[in-house]
Amino acid sequence: MRQTVSLYQRSGVERVKNLLRGIGSFLRLIASNRVGLLGFIIVIFFILLSTVGPRLVPLDTKTKVAQIYVPPSWEHPLGTDHQGRDVWSQIVHGGKDILYVAFLTGLISTFIGVFFGSLSAIIGGGFDSLMTTLADIWLTIPQFPLLAVLAGFIKLDSLSLLALILAVLGWAGLFRAVRAQVFSLKERDYVEAAHALDLGLGHIIFSEILPNMMSYIAISFTFAMTSAIYAQTSLVFLGLVPISTSNWGVMISLAWTRGAIFFRDSIYYIMSPILAIALLQLALVWMSRSLEAVFNPRLRVGE
Amino acid sequence: MTADAVRRNAASATRGIVRSINRGISHYLFRRLFKAVFTIFFVTTLIFFIIRLMPSNPIEVYINELIVQYSFTYEDARNQAASLFAIDLDAPMHIQYLDYFSHLLRGDLGTSLRSPGTTVLSVIAKFLPWTLFSLGTGLLISFTLGISLGMVMAYKRESFLEPILAGIGSILSSVPNYVIGILLVVFLGVRWELVPISQMRGSMTPGIQPGLNPTFVADIFFHAALPIATYVLTTIGGWMLSMKSSTIGTLGEDYVSVARARGLPEARITTAYVGRNAALPLFTQLAISIGFVVGGSILIEQIFVYQGIGYQLLVAISNRDYPVMQGIFLIITASVIASNFLADFLYSRLDPRVRITGRE
Repeated sequence: MRQTVSLYQRSGVERVKNLLRGIGSFLRLIASNRVGLLGFIIVIFFILLSTVGPRLVPLDTKTKVAQIYVPPSWEHPLGTDHQGRDVWSQIVHGGKDILYVAFLTGLISTFIGVFFGSLSAIIGGGFDSLMTTLADIWLTIPQFPLLAVLAGFIKLDSLSLLALILAVLGWAGLFRAVRAQVFSLKERDYVEAAHALDLGLGHIIFSEILPNMMSYIAISFTFAMTSAIYAQTSLVFLGLVPISTSNWGVMISLAWTRGAIFFRDSIYYIMSPILAIALLQLALVWMSRSLEAVFNPRLRVGE
Repeated sequence: MTADAVRRNAASATRGIVRSINRGISHYLFRRLFKAVFTIFFVTTLIFFIIRLMPSNPIEVYINELIVQYSFTYEDARNQAASLFAIDLDAPMHIQYLDYFSHLLRGDLGTSLRSPGTTVLSVIAKFLPWTLFSLGTGLLISFTLGISLGMVMAYKRESFLEPILAGIGSILSSVPNYVIGILLVVFLGVRWELVPISQMRGSMTPGIQPGLNPTFVADIFFHAALPIATYVLTTIGGWMLSMKSSTIGTLGEDYVSVARARGLPEARITTAYVGRNAALPLFTQLAISIGFVVGGSILIEQIFVYQGIGYQLLVAISNRDYPVMQGIFLIITASVIASNFLADFLYSRLDPRVRITGRE
């Protein structure tokens, strides 16, 4: 029996090859749709901006009273804020936290969704109906008010904790989606074969079912990211999360409380983080929608 | 068989169908109602344990605050807290839990910590109607307008307008709602000075006599205009796009071709055959989106300083006014569940399949 199992285990090189092939087909699918490709490029741009950018553009923290709300120029491409600081440098530095929380939330919630979704679909029976009922109930609870109330109890000053809470709150949607997918996949021959070989639940989930729904998981991942970005920036905007570092949400909050409602010149200051967030959200949605259209032929009718 | 017997048979068959329709509906609605009640029970329990088991237990925080700020003795502070939270702190957890429920069932949600004497129920009664009004109006406008635009897009999908509408819909549905709210204030209010944003704050102008008179109605619409516009703008894109693909799907159905072949007037086909069937899946979506939109009202009401329940929730959270927080959260959840139930009910009225079999 043990020998049979080792025959089925792939070598390291083969695994890397498989992974590369998976990424290749993912990129091809995205490129097949113009809007999706545009979204993908914008997302890559923001990732580069927030990872490489801070090394190239130093954060401007000096208060310059003479340069308050200066319109865009070569020196200040996006103008200056209420203390005369460069807005562009704040945009460059302000995406890091948001992307970090979004990625971490995406990872954790995808893990939760995939783990419990496939477990529920494979075990079935009472466990499955219990989980589905729980997910149904959970989906009815308005998430954002719950999050806001939680922020009143827990001090959300750690980004990772915030990501964990966002992921746990959003488990139900992904759970339902993954469960439905696994239900259709588990009847396939290769999964039955793995069952017959007694390869264990972990092996079946992570080596047989998961690779076959990778692109689908990518959609859910981007979806989790957009909701995380929304929830996080909203909490910061409302002042419910004590984050002091430069962050697009903090920028909106400051711009809003310090000037947007009174000064016409503050427009570049408030518009910069708003456009950054809106554009990032839009790009993520475009990316996932085009993926959806590729996988769900019924949606293609509507294009 | 005599003609009379045939008629009798037909009559009893009809009666049978009517009976099974009634049974189907009541069974379906009964299950939904049970689920709704259970969800409210679940949320209430969740809130109960969150408040008592959190690391920074609000009751302890409040007791400490009384001791530090007002130099209460521990005993006094504890009694004060117990009376405000309407709980017996010495009782075991399960007794506290039962107590909490018996208060809730009597409609007693406790009193505010910050303004003693104000019951949570009176806070809700004062602010909830404004949110229901602005949000309900917004959703109604956006749903009807979005559905109509979606159908137009499906019918005129060769026109040059279609990609423009689809693009606008896609942008509106993906941009966060607070972004749209802020843009409205920054451009309409500050930059172009088209609307007097500072006068539009609040839910009504002080001093106006509430009632069914034109001044009052005009005034509340004046104050709610920007929140309503935001709700419409942020939700309409989704309705447009869903209705478009749903209509295109329905247009390909056999019963539409048959209706055309029968020579039915086009207007009737559009409304009774295509429109009605295409809109069906959107009702489920409406139910799901209500929760999200209600959540968004916290942000929208904050942006426009509209005195609704979302604004009050934020005030309560910033003040650490736990009973108000708990009460408002419960009422928000309950209204979401109630509107879900309403959407289910409408759905069952509109879709004969649900009505007869009791299934979705």
